Order: sequence, then structure tokens, then C-alpha cells
Amino acid sequence: MAQTLFEKIWNQHSIKNLGDGDELIYIDRIFLHERTGSIALKSLEERNIKIRNPNQVFATIDHIVDTFPGRDDQTLMPSGSDFIRSLRKSANKSAINFFDLDDPKQGIVHVVSPEHGIALPGMTYICPDSHTCSLGALGTLAWGVGSTECEHALATNTLIKKKPKLMRINIEGKLPTGVTSKDIVLHLISKFGSNGAKGHAVEFTGSAITDLEIESRLTLCNMAVEFGAMTGMIAPDKKTFTYLEGKTFSPKGNDFIAAIEQWQNLKSDRDAKFDKTINIDCSNLDPYVTWGTSPHQAIPMNKAIPLSGQINDNTERKSMFRALEYMGLGEGEAIKGKPIDAAFIGSCTNSRISDLRAAARVLENQKVARGVKAICVPGSSQVKKQAEEEGLDKIFISAGFAWRESGCSMCFFAGGESFGENERVISTTNRNFENRQGKKTRTHLASPTTVAASAIKGEITTPDQLEQQS
Amino acid sequence: MNPVKIISGIAAPFLRINVDTDAIIPSREIKAVSKKGLSEGLFSEWRYASVTERKPNDDFILNQDPYNRSSMLLTGDNFGCGSSREHAVWALQEWGIKAVIGTTFGSIFYGNCIRNGLLPIKLSSDDVQKLVRFVEEDPETNQITINLETLKISYGSSEIIFDFDKNNQILLLEGLDEIQRTLKLKNEISSFEEKHLGRNPWL
Repeated sequence: MAQTLFEKIWNQHSIKNLGDGDELIYIDRIFLHERTGSIALKSLEERNIKIRNPNQVFATIDHIVDTFPGRDDQTLMPSGSDFIRSLRKSANKSAINFFDLDDPKQGIVHVVSPEHGIALPGMTYICPDSHTCSLGALGTLAWGVGSTECEHALATNTLIKKKPKLMRINIEGKLPTGVTSKDIVLHLISKFGSNGAKGHAVEFTGSAITDLEIESRLTLCNMAVEFGAMTGMIAPDKKTFTYLEGKTFSPKGNDFIAAIEQWQNLKSDRDAKFDKTINIDCSNLDPYVTWGTSPHQAIPMNKAIPLSGQINDNTERKSMFRALEYMGLGEGEAIKGKPIDAAFIGSCTNSRISDLRAAARVLENQKVARGVKAICVPGSSQVKKQAEEEGLDKIFISAGFAWRESGCSMCFFAGGESFGENERVISTTNRNFENRQGKKTRTHLASPTTVAASAIKGEITTPDQLEQQS
Repeated sequence: MNPVKIISGIAAPFLRINVDTDAIIPSREIKAVSKKGLSEGLFSEWRYASVTERKPNDDFILNQDPYNRSSMLLTGDNFGCGSSREHAVWALQEWGIKAVIGTTFGSIFYGNCIRNGLLPIKLSSDDVQKLVRFVEEDPETNQITINLETLKISYGSSEIIFDFDKNNQILLLEGLDEIQRTLKLKNEISSFEEKHLGRNPWL
């Protein structure tokens, strides 16, 4: 019978049907971070339950560690060091793979995992973090879980799960110059809602997806959770195999050849059935930016914020008024040209080397506008090192950006560093929720090039607008 | 986990859509490697007029009598979306919330509710509105009862039947420990694993 990509991986991992739709699914990899992994490990220790296969478990420190140069266990966030030390202690005791602060493999879990071949095509992979869906970009069946579910996976190498519904999002057309996978995903969520894929696992297909480089695919799949999906996946192809070759934990030699042979079958059969299909043409897509406090409140850069009269749903309209009040914006206003206080490049969405290169191309020989606080946080220690080898750090610094150590940093305010009250921030992150980046901070989500251009101009804009000016 | 069978009490209508887990418990309120001590941070940005001084915001529903004694929330679409932090469930429970009744929930949040015995109930938007109207008439007297065994919500002289996954129902009614239950299948897991790793030796 014809199967989808999801079904192929799912069926290969189904140990047993437990009745009423529940299946016992084998889990190949578990990745933990100090914020939610520490409590899962501690809780197992307290119950005296052993990790079944420590060699299949990885952990690093990314969430609340400071990103200032010269950082250590001490954090600006009160009690942050407790999380770091708790994870370190549990990790060392249980002999899982642990990338400590001084390890060159340290970084944001979803950045580290692909760059070291920890997530591979055809694997089942979980992490107690909602953006685990990023790794679907490699053809990995990866999704975010809670801490208790994670404990179950650590103790048994399994999870009990119902097969979700399946959605295909077919994206055709050649992406216009200057438009990125971040813009595709913001367009998608704005069109179909932050609940648009509720209960579904999504597979992205189409010529526009084949055209995307692996890191851009990671950005796209990263925000599948913002679309309400369990995960977002892309069938692995030659680009995927080339990307994974030679990575630290990728199979080597004959194993790699055998792996590719299997991975080539990881695609939806022609007659495979999806519960829902969405078609998108991206050939006329503009750069997107959010105006509200949910990722679906996004518009093309050249459009105005919608009018409340255009929204039929009463609750949605109420949510719009609330968002506009929070954001200090009005209905029908243009988003382009709004003055900003800060610009942030980082997070599991957009902090990989290609993101930094794209931003650096915009920033070269330019200066950040006076009064704009600009920060770049590479997604991993390896991204940082590579960027420095390429001289990107000098471009960022000379433009006026702070150049940081890797971590999640100011994607969210954990009690340490944050943006200020009513500050308008243009950010490459994934969530524009109220108070997410700081108390009463106003977040606008956009791509790295949009953020870089806006930092230079001191207002929300795109790189092509800068060129028109100069 | 303690078994869950019947929940009765005051229900607070809180119908905002897309309430994310950052709002339920902001990251900065998660101060220790612990599942406890989180209720103070519940909805802190909305619940307090001054977060640092913990000065209550009188406009926030859970600060108003009798909703300050609520044991359930009536929620809007996509409640609990966003971050996977299970602290959102632990904070709600510690504050006193035993059930959330809404149209749709964030999927990780929903799973976290089940695993901690916080009852998440999905109803049609019409049924949620019926409960809201009933509660708002007199929130103190018009309490709601949920029976997980019969899958019925009783309010006044009316009832709503709800759907609930059968395995989750058993898990909650019996207060089972999922890990211990799965560990009984360890022979099947091992024999699967041997074949699986044989096929994919690089795993």
C-alpha cells in the first residue's frame, strides 16, 4: 500500500499496537537541554529509574546560559546556574552524551543536532522542546514533548502515541530574490492560522522545497509548531545526504553508503494519501513581518495591517484589538517604516551560518542606525567559530552589532537579559507572544536579511529598500 | 499520579484565543529544577498589576471572587499553544485548576495535562458557550461537575456528553504509572530493538 514519508518512518518504529489507536513507538534519539531536561533527569533519579540506553541520549546547555563573552555557570537570571549544574550533574552520572559550556559542540539543541549528524533521516527523535520539529527538515520524525513524556522515553526508549492526521503542503514556484523560507512559513501561518495544522503532521513538498538549502529547510520546519502541527517534514534528497556526510555522528564509510540506500526510499509514494493538502505558489511572495502577538498576525512588508472590519470572527477581532494595543499599532497602518529600538539575530529558527552570511551581506560597509540596540547570537559554538573564520564577526561588530557566545539568549526573557518595556524589536526568532522577549517588549518576527536592513535604517524595512535609497 | 474521576467546582470563563504557555507561566517564573513552587507565577504578567511586588490586578478573572476559587477554566481556541514547558500544567494544578474545558488545545500541552491528571476536555464552541452562559449567571452557585467515568459534564439540570480517548481515560481513572506499565513490555521492546538496530547499524 502506498505510504507517506511519515507513515514509512512511523511504521518502521511501531513495536506494538496497544489498542484504540495507541501504538508503542521506538525512539532512536533523545536530546535534552538544561531548562526542561534537567527536571526530567532529576525526576527519574528520584524515582530510581535508569536511562535505558544512555548512548542514544544527548544533552547541552542553551536556554538560560548567558551569551556574554567570558560567560560561565553564573547567569544574569537568578537561579539559572542551578539548572546548568543540575543538568551537568545528572548527565555525568548517567553517562549520556553531554556537550558542556566549554565543548565545541555546545549550542542550541536544534542547531547542534543537524550540524553534528545527531538527527538523521528516518529516525524517531524527541526533545522536551517544542521546536524539535525543526529536524523534520532532514527527513527525521522529530517532535517536541513534555518532561514527563521525555522521562518515559528515557526509561523505555519508547513513547505511546496515536498516529496523527497527515497534511501535505505543496509549495511550487521560484522564490523571488531576497525572500526566504522564513517568509514562506510566516505567509503560511498568516493564511491558515496558528491552529491551521492542529492534530496533523505536515510534509512539505514541491519544487520550492527541493530548491531550498538544508538550513533554510530547518527554518521552515522549525515553525511547524507555530502552525499547530505535531511536526513538519521534508523528504531527504541529495542535498540532505551531502549535508550529512562526514558529520561527527553521521554513519561513516560503508555504513554511510548503506544508510543512503535506505534514506532514498524515505519519500511519500505517488499514491500516498494525505488527510489534507494545501497548495502554495511562492513565485510572487514578498518578505513577511508580524504586526501582532501571535505568529499568524503577519503581513507582507508592503501591505498595511488589516482593518478590523475585514475580520468576521468576533474572538479573532478581539484578539486583534488586544494585539494592536500591546504592539502600539493601529489597524490599517503601514508596517514598513515603523521605527525600531532593537534588532535581534539568533534562535533555533535563524542563527545558522547561512543566516549569518545573509545578514552580513546586508550589513557589510553599513552602520546600525543611532539608538538601535543590535545583537547577533550564533546558534552554536561551531557556527560562531565558522563565522569568525569567515570574518563575519568583524562585519557584525563594525556595523554596530554585539557579537555573542551561542545560546537561545533573548529569544525569550527568562529573568536575565531582556529588551525593555515598549521597545520595538525586529527579531529572527519564532514567537512574538506578549512579554516573550521582555516585559511589554514588542516583537516583530522577520527573516535575517529583513532584520539586518531594519537595523541599518532604524525602522522596519527590507534590503532592497536600502539599495533604492543609496 | 492520583486517580481522577469526578471534578466539581467553580469554572472561570477565560476565552482569550491562542493563550500560550509563556503566558500561563512566563519563563522567568520557573526558578528551580522542580515541579513545585510554580503557582505564584501562574499568569503572572496578567495576574499582577506589579509582577515584582506581586500586587494583584483586580481586572484579572482569577483575582475576582468567586473565580479566585475556581477549579476549572473554560478556555478559547488553541489554549496552551507554544512552548512545551510542562511547568504550565504544574502551575495550573498547584494553583487549584483540575480541568480545562475548551475547543482546541496546544498538542504538547494536551499531552502534558493527561500525564499529570489535569483533565483537558474538548467541546464544540457552542457547548463551551452554553457553559459560559450558565456560569456567568451566578458563578458561585452555578458550578459544573465533570464525570470522567460516564464522560458527562453536568450543569444545572443539563448535561453534555464529551469524547475522551479510551486509553487516556483508563490512565486517569486508575492513576497509572505509564513508565512501570511500559516496562512490563521490555522483552518486546528488546526484541524489536535488536532487529531495528540490525537493519540500521548506524543508529
